[in-house]
Amino acid sequence: MIQGSWRIVRLGLKSLMLHKLRSSLTTAGILFGVASVIAMLAVGEGAKIEALERFRDMGVTNLIARSKKPAESLSNSQQSAWMPIGYGLQFEEADLIAASLPDATVIRIREIKKNMQRGENFRSSIVVGTEADFLEVANMRVREGRWLSNVDNERLANVCVLGATLSRLLFPLENPMGQTILVGDDDRYRVVGVLAEQGRTAGAGSTPYDECMFIPINTSNRRFGVILTNRSGGSFSRERVELHEVKVKMPDSTTVPAGAKILRDLVERQHKDKNDVLVTVPLELLKQEEESKRMFNIVLAVIASISLLVGGIGIMNVMLATVTERTREIGIRRALGAKRKHIIQQFLVESGVLSALGGVVGVALGIVLPFLITIWFDQKTIILPHHVGLAFGISAAVGVVFGIYPAWRAANMDPVDALRHE
Amino acid sequence: MTEREIIAEFVDVHRHYTMGDNIVRALNGVSMQVARGDYLTIMGRSGSGKSTMLNLLGCLDRPTSGEYRVGNRDVSRLSDDALSDVRGREIGFIFQSFNLIPQLTVLENLEVPLFYQNRVGAESRKKAEYLADRVGLGQRLEHKPLELSGGQQQRVAIARALMNDPLFLLADEATGNLDSNTEAEILDLFDDLRSDGVTIVMVTHNPAVAERADRTLWLKDGEVEKLIENTRQTATVAAGDAAGEQA
Repeated sequence: MIQGSWRIVRLGLKSLMLHKLRSSLTTAGILFGVASVIAMLAVGEGAKIEALERFRDMGVTNLIARSKKPAESLSNSQQSAWMPIGYGLQFEEADLIAASLPDATVIRIREIKKNMQRGENFRSSIVVGTEADFLEVANMRVREGRWLSNVDNERLANVCVLGATLSRLLFPLENPMGQTILVGDDDRYRVVGVLAEQGRTAGAGSTPYDECMFIPINTSNRRFGVILTNRSGGSFSRERVELHEVKVKMPDSTTVPAGAKILRDLVERQHKDKNDVLVTVPLELLKQEEESKRMFNIVLAVIASISLLVGGIGIMNVMLATVTERTREIGIRRALGAKRKHIIQQFLVESGVLSALGGVVGVALGIVLPFLITIWFDQKTIILPHHVGLAFGISAAVGVVFGIYPAWRAANMDPVDALRHE
Repeated sequence: MTEREIIAEFVDVHRHYTMGDNIVRALNGVSMQVARGDYLTIMGRSGSGKSTMLNLLGCLDRPTSGEYRVGNRDVSRLSDDALSDVRGREIGFIFQSFNLIPQLTVLENLEVPLFYQNRVGAESRKKAEYLADRVGLGQRLEHKPLELSGGQQQRVAIARALMNDPLFLLADEATGNLDSNTEAEILDLFDDLRSDGVTIVMVTHNPAVAERADRTLWLKDGEVEKLIENTRQTATVAAGDAAGEQA
């Protein structure tokens, strides 16, 4: 049985070798179809995982209210640089949010850009003023030493915890623990801890937490005040900001929608007209992302189907030509005792072999392509085994499905006419 | 005439085709018999019904009415699959244009008839080697048909027709595409087969070929015109004249 099947495949290959160029071109149609399906799925999967990670970094049970400079204030600031522009979340609001969401953990964050110096090492980065619960809410870990405590806050301690990257930059050779850092012109902070590397993009605005310095929020208030002066590239502006961000960690993801509604209502009451606070709900973004990924996948599937359909039409075209060319052979085989099913089998095997060959090479190419995409375009790609199996399976099925009609035509030729065919 | 085993028989066979409004009566009530060991030729002008008769004899077509018996079985109403089986088991086809499958080797061509009966294996290979030897092509098993001369190709075709041990060989102008020397060789091969007891039915329009057979059936306008018995003697003499080398 197996020997017989192998013989059929071998004879099929032999017939395909009669027209090497034509067979290879037909195979190429399927090949590129399969390769592009695998590559597209790998890119899609990579992008999906990347997006998921990004939102997970923000915390799927978190709600984030972030102060932002209102757009119209930009021009105002240039007219009266000395008049501070007030915007954003206030301390009272944070208390109100905490009171309205008793089950949630609410933390306040201030972000102030400062120059930091340690010996000859100099860096300009964000000083994040925050609280003891920050570590849990932001889902971060301490690598060495300890995190900021409530006592630090109460005592307005001049202590800091460094992000992993910042720690490396300020202390390239020595152990930072217990050392002091000069912040701004005359504030000194003692390092009590270093955070583990995050490798995430989420952080204080556009600065990853890995590059930030963390101090107690009360210390931040006392040292820097609420009026912040920005000097950059010769321009000068003053703003009055109490809180840059409030993070709310809900107990679990089922309570996120209700919490989001309460938070939005509270924020809207104060900031609707000024439009200076933005509420972000990572879970909603995640769902939106998943929704758009679903659409993306549907589009992908349609493109993939079309490319394989085109490949299939190529196969059908070639098989119809083959059947016509080999009419006489069909007549001979029928005269020698072949039944209709034998003829169907013969041509189905040929079209199946044609597309399976394309499938095999296509799978190989489809596995290589995502690596190249990752190298050249810095786009994360993930090849899932079932995607490879799916692409190959579809290619083989395409060969058989599109081979059916030509094979059926071959089998239903009248043997007498077929034998007379020149 | 001594009692002989009838292996193929037409009983009042008609084959009519409709072409537009016309009915073409290609065969119109033909009855004939082929006995085991017969060497029968069928002759007639073009349009006499030779090809139709060949198609019916070869089970490639079914009669409109009448009965066609192969062995002891009426095959005139069989299904397509069953007819394929009869062709595969009982009939050995030999064509004017050899009809070998070009992409297959001689050996693979010889195995085609047994392939459709699931009988390909060590035994079929042995048989193919034996028959290739018998037709004088034992050294050419791995050659492709186009690497052989016309006469050699026809020898392969004859060996192929013998692979399934058919009831009879059915030849259609088997020497029509060959030069006269090769024709003589092929006809000698048929003579050899006949003396080994192989039954041969050959459609031809060449009288010199027909004279080497035992009997010649003449068709005219779809009916049997006459059946001529050649004595073996005259057949040999006639063949000798044709080939110019036998006494």
